[in-house]
Amino acid sequence: MPSSIFKWISLAMVAVFLSGCGSLTVLDPQGPVAEQQSSLIWLSIWFMIFIVLVVFVLLTIMLVKYRDRGNNDNYDPSIEGSHKLEFIWTIIPIVIVTILSIPTVITIYSLEEAPEIEEVDAQQEPLVIHATSANWKWIFSYPEEGIETINYINIPVDRPVLFKLTSADSMASFWVPQLGGQKYSMSGMETELFLAATEVGQYEGRNANFTGEGFAEQRFTVNAQTDEAFNEWVEDTQENAPSLSEDEYVHLMVPGHAEEMTFSSTHLEFVNHAYDATYSLEKRAELGYEAHSPHSREGKAFDLPILSQPINTDKTYEVELDDE
Amino acid sequence: MPLRWDEFIVTGDPFILAAQISIALTSIIAVVALTYFKKWKMLWTDWITTVDHKKIGIMYIACALLMLFRGGVDAMMMRTQLAAPELDFLSSQHYNEIFTTHGTIMIIFMAMPFLIGLMNVVVPLQIGARDLAFPFLNNLSFWTFFFGMALFNISFVIGGSPSAGWTSYFPLASNDFSPGVGQNYYALGIQLSGIGTLATGINFIVTILRMRTKGMSLMKMPMFTWTVFITSLIIVLAFPVLTVALAMMTFDLLFGTHFFTLQGEGLDMLWANLFWIWGHPEVYIVALPAFGIFSEIISTFARKKLFGYNAMVASIVVISGLSFLVWVHHFFTMGNSAAVNSFFSITTMAISVPTGVKIFNWLFTLHKGKIRFTTPMLWSLGFIPNFVIGGVTGVMLAMAAADYQYHNTYFLVSHFHYVLIAATVFACFAGLIYWYPKMFGHRMNERIGKWVFWIFMIGFNVCFFPQYFLGLDGMPRRIYTYLEGDGWFSLNLISTLGAFMMAAAFALFVYNIYYSWRYEKRDTTGDPWDGRTLEWATSSAIPPHYNFAHQPEVVERDAFWDMKEKGIDLNASTDYQKIHMPNHTWLGPVMAFFMFAASFALVFSWWIPAILSGVAIFVCMIIRSFDYNDGYYVSVEEIEETERKAKEA
Repeated sequence: MPSSIFKWISLAMVAVFLSGCGSLTVLDPQGPVAEQQSSLIWLSIWFMIFIVLVVFVLLTIMLVKYRDRGNNDNYDPSIEGSHKLEFIWTIIPIVIVTILSIPTVITIYSLEEAPEIEEVDAQQEPLVIHATSANWKWIFSYPEEGIETINYINIPVDRPVLFKLTSADSMASFWVPQLGGQKYSMSGMETELFLAATEVGQYEGRNANFTGEGFAEQRFTVNAQTDEAFNEWVEDTQENAPSLSEDEYVHLMVPGHAEEMTFSSTHLEFVNHAYDATYSLEKRAELGYEAHSPHSREGKAFDLPILSQPINTDKTYEVELDDE
Repeated sequence: MPLRWDEFIVTGDPFILAAQISIALTSIIAVVALTYFKKWKMLWTDWITTVDHKKIGIMYIACALLMLFRGGVDAMMMRTQLAAPELDFLSSQHYNEIFTTHGTIMIIFMAMPFLIGLMNVVVPLQIGARDLAFPFLNNLSFWTFFFGMALFNISFVIGGSPSAGWTSYFPLASNDFSPGVGQNYYALGIQLSGIGTLATGINFIVTILRMRTKGMSLMKMPMFTWTVFITSLIIVLAFPVLTVALAMMTFDLLFGTHFFTLQGEGLDMLWANLFWIWGHPEVYIVALPAFGIFSEIISTFARKKLFGYNAMVASIVVISGLSFLVWVHHFFTMGNSAAVNSFFSITTMAISVPTGVKIFNWLFTLHKGKIRFTTPMLWSLGFIPNFVIGGVTGVMLAMAAADYQYHNTYFLVSHFHYVLIAATVFACFAGLIYWYPKMFGHRMNERIGKWVFWIFMIGFNVCFFPQYFLGLDGMPRRIYTYLEGDGWFSLNLISTLGAFMMAAAFALFVYNIYYSWRYEKRDTTGDPWDGRTLEWATSSAIPPHYNFAHQPEVVERDAFWDMKEKGIDLNASTDYQKIHMPNHTWLGPVMAFFMFAASFALVFSWWIPAILSGVAIFVCMIIRSFDYNDGYYVSVEEIEETERKAKEA
């Protein structure tokens, strides 16, 4: 019977749904931003389960009760509609949409502000980090501390972090699901995203917006540390890490992946991609890099000059589509 | 960059090589078969040059099924690559090309032509007309679509496919980041078929407004015709935006302008805005006709009038209006102000109100009915629960603050597949099976059809339901591989198994076409389902080229049902009059061919062939504008002969 199968499927779906959700990254928030989002998501999930069940039950009843049995006593082909019923099922969705709109709008506005952290008494000023995407790596600058990292960040817990996002080339999307939702990074402009972590730990971050061949590996790590550990790391970096020269920095503009790196100065001293959209294209060209069709037979490999810290040349712009 | 001749044909990939060989073999077999059976002339006069809306509709559907196969093969390859972590089945670049072509083909070259094909076959019959308002234009529309499809599809064997996603966001899609000819194919292939779609929209608006038979007022039109009318309005309002955006893209790619690029202060988000100002209404272009098909089928097999006809019409009008006010929800994460995101959150959620009204009206059409579970009805009933899951997750995505977590993830992928497959694809199957006897004179086998439905429906849920959880677990869309430590293996494997179930169902469906052609009983009544609307009122199973010997007169909604109740036989009288019909045209396919030639030349920046083909297009237009041939009359004798044969059968 189709109807009983529908019922079975719907019940199974709800069971799977509820049992599986607790361990999912997005529903396992580790900071106040992700927390607000996950509670909004849970609110909507309950409403949606209610709506789905109403429709499934109603459909099942209709199919069981009014299937063709040869002589249906209750068959009534004269019905054209009912203003009363139609009014009801216009009003109910309007009410539901209104109920969902209010927390949605409140959360949208709230996410634009630095998150309040309940565990601490005195709210600290947000830590500012410039996050720049460049095919296919993430470059992080701490302007106040004067340090720069590639493909990882250390942040203190219980302090809001203001990410100033921009891109050296393709449009990317900065996302650390356990700390909060994503936002685009675009070259020639700056977008802002507040996040915060309340638990010490390591969180996966990545670019979520497709940027071509190396997109899947365009990932980074967020290390949320205690205040002391963070300050120690900052001081250590300022003293011991090499500084970043522009000659070295331009190599990051060539498409490819990179290992984690740490520097005691920032690229903001010579370029901010939010105000210079074509910097990376110009520097690539100066290095002799040319973009070739992926189906072209030449120019796949590009020899990168050596940086003071390693760029992972295994994962650079080298694809062997043709030569096997 | 000048093209190197040894790179003209894509080489080096075993799958592409296999595709090249199979394309070559199929072409040779087709040519040999046509020559051997002496069918070239038949092909030319009966099909290529035809202006008969039913034949054009069948050609649209045939192409759409072919594209469903092509897009489906792409999908199977993607699902195979993602079945387990770090597989080497496809390279990153190859995967990117495949998901790009999968999306573009399924929307532009599968969903739309499938529905346009059904519209072509059904709408003139439903309104009691003899053809569309502009039969020549209809032929031209089909051929521009056909050649656009051909152009887009040859990209993977000649020159290389686009790989920047079906949305082709800038700056990724610019020459700096997507070198090669792939993006040129994207811009020109879609542009060419888009011209045909725009013309189709105009054609159906005029047809529905001007060609309805006597007595059929707007509020007596069948619901499918209503949805086609509103869809056509959306097409005419939305497609020009795509035309302009693609033209700007083409200029950026070929002529060095900077509308969207990094250089010259180009605006990458301008492309995204223009794309979705077309792209969101596009969703309703493929959803509204689906709603119309379900309305017809549910009403027929519940043997009841559609519940709340007026509200159904009102809700599609409201949906079409709202569809132009929600495009920003495709990029809530662009960094819009809170006010902008709030506005678009609310307009998006508001769409659920008229859509919900439709769902409940369908449910209450079943109320106090006599429901027969035929295959078209199964697809229509299966649509309701699956579409509701897609709909409610759509509301979840509409909540911008939560969308920051769903955006670009498998949650979104699952949502739009639930909406587009449960509505559009289910409707294509339902509509094709429902109207199959009108096109080919026999039904599709019901027993095999039910197997197809259940395997497909279950496979669809097995494939896409786990993807909601993958999304909530942080799996982004469009990645070609993932790590074992990500913890996405088991759900991906399940999803892949589901995908292969859907593929098996499709194969069985194709087998059913063959099986039914061989073994299914021929329909002699013209009304195999006990239908309600005028397409079932023609004198024979397959309507003659002039559709109706006597144009029907409409008194009530569900006009044919009304006639049957009152005992009126439309075909009783043998007092015929000559019928005016349009002529065949060689100009449509030829003009479209030159558009193809010009576009192909532009893809490779061959300026001289492009210009020559452009001149040829204008010559065709000039010939057309001096063409005083305005049709011919079907003689009374021919009508008598045709109708007599229909009655004998």
